[in-house]
Amino acid sequence: MTAAIVADGVRKKYGDIQAVDGVSLRVEAGEFYGILGPNGAGKTTTLEIMEGVREPDEGRIELFGKSPWPRDLALLNRIGVQFQSSSFLDKLTTRETIRLFASFYRLGTRRADEMLERVGLTEFGKVPADKLSGGQAQRLSIACGLVHSPEIVFLDEPTAGLDPQARRNLWDLLRQVNEEGRTVVLTTHYMDEAELLCDRVSVMERGTVLKTGSPAALIRELEDSVRVSVESGLINEEELPKLLAAAGVADASVEDDGVSLSITTRTPGPVLSMLADRGSLRGLAVRGGTLEDVFLQLTGREYRA
Amino acid sequence: MSVEETTTRPEPEVRATAGGPAGQSAGSGDDRLRPVWQLARTMILSVLRDKGTIFFLLIFPILFLLLFGTLFKTSGTSHIEVAQLGDVQVLDELRGAQREEVTKAATITRVDNEADALRQVREGDYDALVMQDGGKVVLRYSAADSVKAASAQAALNSLLERANLAATGQPPTYTLEATQVQDDSVKPIQYLTPGLLGWAIASSSVFSSALTLVTMRRRKILQRMRMSLVRPWEVVAARIAMTMAMVLVQTALFLLVATLPYFGLQLSGSWWLIVPLVVCGTLPLMSLGMFIGSVTKTEESAGGLAQLLVLPMSFLSGAFFTLDSAPSWVQAVSYLMPLRYLVKGGEQVLSRGGGLVDVLPSMGGMLLFTAVVTGLTLRFFKWNDA
Repeated sequence: MTAAIVADGVRKKYGDIQAVDGVSLRVEAGEFYGILGPNGAGKTTTLEIMEGVREPDEGRIELFGKSPWPRDLALLNRIGVQFQSSSFLDKLTTRETIRLFASFYRLGTRRADEMLERVGLTEFGKVPADKLSGGQAQRLSIACGLVHSPEIVFLDEPTAGLDPQARRNLWDLLRQVNEEGRTVVLTTHYMDEAELLCDRVSVMERGTVLKTGSPAALIRELEDSVRVSVESGLINEEELPKLLAAAGVADASVEDDGVSLSITTRTPGPVLSMLADRGSLRGLAVRGGTLEDVFLQLTGREYRA
Repeated sequence: MSVEETTTRPEPEVRATAGGPAGQSAGSGDDRLRPVWQLARTMILSVLRDKGTIFFLLIFPILFLLLFGTLFKTSGTSHIEVAQLGDVQVLDELRGAQREEVTKAATITRVDNEADALRQVREGDYDALVMQDGGKVVLRYSAADSVKAASAQAALNSLLERANLAATGQPPTYTLEATQVQDDSVKPIQYLTPGLLGWAIASSSVFSSALTLVTMRRRKILQRMRMSLVRPWEVVAARIAMTMAMVLVQTALFLLVATLPYFGLQLSGSWWLIVPLVVCGTLPLMSLGMFIGSVTKTEESAGGLAQLLVLPMSFLSGAFFTLDSAPSWVQAVSYLMPLRYLVKGGEQVLSRGGGLVDVLPSMGGMLLFTAVVTGLTLRFFKWNDA
């Protein structure tokens, strides 16, 4: 496969803060790539350096083998960006906004209208862009980034602050965009989003990439893979270690928060049959590891401002 | 950072990706939209849709013209109120045409009490008190309104001279026939119109350029545009077109109001030169606004700096009073103000019947100023808040 994006040892400092501290990654053409990390991990700066918004202090970045910095119109014609929804001009309607962006690429009104249709905003054409709901505004922002059919699309936390329906709606759109053959790079701190959409993710913290891989592979590497929980109080906690040992489960860790009793293990089979034998299955939930577990294991659980 | 511009047009890419992005649909009968025109159009629309902006940029200065025009209109008359104590021969003996002439310029009211009358002069109820003390005619006036005091003095003087002359029994050797020549005296509206128009243009161009630039940077609109294929000059050209449309409407409104019979500005000769003059005069003011927008980070500081610049500049450029009567240092400083050339040039073509040669140097000066400030702005310009 050909690489759409190659980053090699990219560093960027703002004042005393090392925002990006040696990021290297490679995004293949047609891939859906996620950059995960807590707030302040350097996701947005990394994305901005890829887009050519900022110049890296050190390191090399290439899109289709060309540097995005300084501004290169030929390259810009092949990439699309989605910014925050507030980066629209004031007092314009949805249709005027998309037409304005179409004009930037010397495209026509028909193409602009197609894009509105594409993101399901045709009936909102006459609505002022600043009166759109959060999800609609994001879709307009994405439409503006897609109007010239770019090969790479960059999205910076596209679903932040959206309600569950709007998020799902946007996920469908992003999946279609990727299925059309476009490379998609997005930053997010929603693990469910990354797990659902991304072919591969990089987990970032403090300006560095901690781990890169497909969500499934990362989850598989997790030590605590399955969590079995039942209602609290069904089993005497004192008794539990003996019962687990009798069932041949050696790696279990137990947690009781007063509502549910959770047993985390890599061998859920014997645990489940032990619980079934004792008739203690009320409120049973079995959950595999998630990207969130990977994330928390990598970045730590402590509170971060 | 500087504004860089890649001059090469993007080559049409052959998209070879399997199942790849749909080809550009432009060219297949879909009209290509022009970025300059679309940008200018949307910028004008966003002003038209904001009633607050319309009021402050277009209507508010017109209200100022109405207000000042009306205020100064009355202050130009020289009718005076005179109190007369006791008998004053020269006044009492006036007859016929002479009497009419005097009463046209002054209303004479007889009073009895000197102290009361003096108090009324002090309080401005009368402009002067006149009385006779033997062979002496005494005029008491307040220094508060020197214009009126002077006209009272002059009127009385001429009466006395005539009376003295008559007393000699000789016919007057010379007579003065004073008729007012309309065009020689500058009516307030003649300097108020170019002055306030200059101030209005300065306000709207400096403020809107500065604030728009800061807002567009802060909300990442500038950065967003930079990520598209739009060229910096296209954005600037659109902004200029939009501002020009606004200031030309402003100019039309000013001329419309000023030429109302009530204000009585007479347009003659090459008055249309106000259009190229306003166009050239708006550019340096816009460039000042862009400069302010480039060196400030928030709307508040940009607005403050713009205010700090526009108001003194308006005073020092003779927007509110004619520079002819200003102290010499103000006249000297005014040469550094781009607004001066707009105001002075405006006076030339609107009030003094000036032609192209009178305003060409002004236009040149304003364009030069634009070039210098734009050069400075490029040094400070930033696409985004780092």
